[in-house]
Amino acid sequence: MANLTKKTAFDGLLPITKGDVTLSEITVDTITWVAPCKGKAAAVSKALDKQIGAALPGPNRMTGSDDARAVWTGPDQAFVLGKPLKPITGAAMADQTSAWAACALEGDHAAEVLARLVPIDLRDDTFAVGHAARTVLGHMNCVLMRTGVARYEIMVFRSMASTCAHEIARAMRMVVARADA
Amino acid sequence: MQIPCPLCGPRDLREFSVRGHALGAKRPEGETWSVDWDDFIHNRDNPAGRTEELWFHGGGCSAWLIVDRDTVTHEVFGARLASEGGQ
Repeated sequence: MANLTKKTAFDGLLPITKGDVTLSEITVDTITWVAPCKGKAAAVSKALDKQIGAALPGPNRMTGSDDARAVWTGPDQAFVLGKPLKPITGAAMADQTSAWAACALEGDHAAEVLARLVPIDLRDDTFAVGHAARTVLGHMNCVLMRTGVARYEIMVFRSMASTCAHEIARAMRMVVARADA
Repeated sequence: MQIPCPLCGPRDLREFSVRGHALGAKRPEGETWSVDWDDFIHNRDNPAGRTEELWFHGGGCSAWLIVDRDTVTHEVFGARLASEGGQ
């Protein structure tokens, strides 16, 4: 049997620091897609709360803690990050752990970097701490989460990890260049 | 141009793709050929002015929307989820 080397999605690519902004990899132990069947949202939310201490999040929101977080990923669906789940009656579930690459963008100018790539309003009153969004990062679909005043977590399809690192690093350089000018 | 996604809020045009007149979401009942089926498959109005179209929020929440907009002025009057009986 072949002996395979385990590599993370951003292996050899991150971390990168430019100015006060750092882009670093996050390794999420488990990612589970949870989609309640029609009319089962309340029951599934209750079951989820029992397992990870977080309810099913509403649109553009996330619930839970850093250890076990549920994030809204579209109508009637969410990702549960961090903790493995037992099957929940009334919900479709699928393991997504190796399908996504996650990274954190942190620093005072993080929002300025992100604003060069993401076409949503990132200001505090529309995208506050605890908010999440499905949007695009350049041309890549992403899940964007604001986990701190100056910290954003970004998830993209794992196959696009190097493009994601490249795009963000480029935007980071531009923001630094602008500050130096 | 921004489209007000009922789930995500106002979002930039680049997150969406347009999929033609909203008639495309009105599948006729039954399987017998009729004028309704002919319209559903072949006939689309192409109005200069206010119309309803199907838009896919593929760069966002992946919902199908019915967008009420003006093709002349590009003004968007509103959007609703096609899944919630957007007829």
